[in-house]
Amino acid sequence: MMITLTVNGERVTRHVEPRRHLIDFLRLDLGLTGSHAGCEHGVCGACTVRVDGEIVRGCLVLAASLDGAEVTTIEGLTDSGEVADLQEAFVARNAAQCGFCTPGMVMAAADILAHHADADRAAIREHLSGNYCRCTGYQAIVEAVETTLAARREAVR
Amino acid sequence: MKWPALGYLRASSLDELWRALGEGAQILAGGQTLLATLAFRLSEPGTLVDITRIPELRGISVAGGVLRVGALTRHAELGRDALVARHAPLLTQAVPHIAHPAIRNRGTIGGSLAYADPAAELPACAVALDATLVLARAGGERRVKATEFFTGLLTTALEPGEIIAAVEFPLAGPSQRTVILEVARRSGDYAMTGLAAVLDLGADGRIASPRLTFFGVGEGPVLAARANAALEGRALDATAIAAAQAALDADLDPPADLHGPPAMKRHLCRVLLGRALQSFTPATEQAA
Repeated sequence: MMITLTVNGERVTRHVEPRRHLIDFLRLDLGLTGSHAGCEHGVCGACTVRVDGEIVRGCLVLAASLDGAEVTTIEGLTDSGEVADLQEAFVARNAAQCGFCTPGMVMAAADILAHHADADRAAIREHLSGNYCRCTGYQAIVEAVETTLAARREAVR
Repeated sequence: MKWPALGYLRASSLDELWRALGEGAQILAGGQTLLATLAFRLSEPGTLVDITRIPELRGISVAGGVLRVGALTRHAELGRDALVARHAPLLTQAVPHIAHPAIRNRGTIGGSLAYADPAAELPACAVALDATLVLARAGGERRVKATEFFTGLLTTALEPGEIIAAVEFPLAGPSQRTVILEVARRSGDYAMTGLAAVLDLGADGRIASPRLTFFGVGEGPVLAARANAALEGRALDATAIAAAQAALDADLDPPADLHGPPAMKRHLCRVLLGRALQSFTPATEQAA
């Protein structure tokens, strides 16, 4: 079936099979390989992307259901500059080790920055609890988010 | 693995839905359970019928003395809705326990109840709050109490051609106390054992209409009839809690599962019961 949607600000029209999930659609049909397909059954969070402004599991969404939707991937989020400071903090803290979980982590962490500016360490951990890092580098990831939140609060003051 | 080949249809009204429901059709709402089962090839529907754009299944309202929550209400919406917080605060308390933020943005209350996972929060809340499910079919609807809706492991009173349209919750009165507690190895995982507790606490400190409902310990939500009877009309104190804990054992018949043996689940249930009732005592409420 044909779908038309907006991906990272660009309108795209494609034919998709109903069995195609959003992540394969992004990776295989659009060549946007920043979003990762990990477990493909909703557990690991590596496929986290935004649909209509909210984070979702890309592997638990049918591409066919997204006619008219607005999708943002890590590529679009990076280009927008919305989380440039968070990405710098990830680098500074070595919060990306093998890098497989990183796009999903950044998408989920961006949700904290956007909606939970006052999140403390426990709230950050809770919000990222659906994203696995198999390098077990959680400490550095949580710290990268924490320092970014603190720096943004400081900047507002 | 990749999903099996399947068809996809979107119904934009109930009339379209009734025409689409037939042999091999499977209703798709938020998809947060169904689509994962496709990846395991646990289900191979012929056609997924997407109901997420049917307006009749949306919305949260108060009318006729009940809080009506449309089946398509997503967990995240449920968690931030002011009417829900005011009239069924147990649901607001439950939402942070349901999976993770990205899943709460898609999963729906109707989907959770229809799937009827015995370890899920919302089926237990529906039983604890004595909710009524509104089931719609071509040409009519019927109402079924949550206590009668869950009929066994992953099975419900839904008949072929029927869908959950909404859930109706009685409005919480000023003396209602609620809490949801669970034990899970990792935040957001299905509970090893959980408790949704609802009761009225009078000005005299006496308990009325307790509905302690356990989850993750049976084939569906378990309304702890004997423990509840042990609490009815009593002052909320250590003696009452001990009596309820003693009575609870006969309410439970938990199966062994990957988390541990039945004895461990019984123990966890007693602990959760104690914590839940403690949280309602005046000293705890003042400290909180």
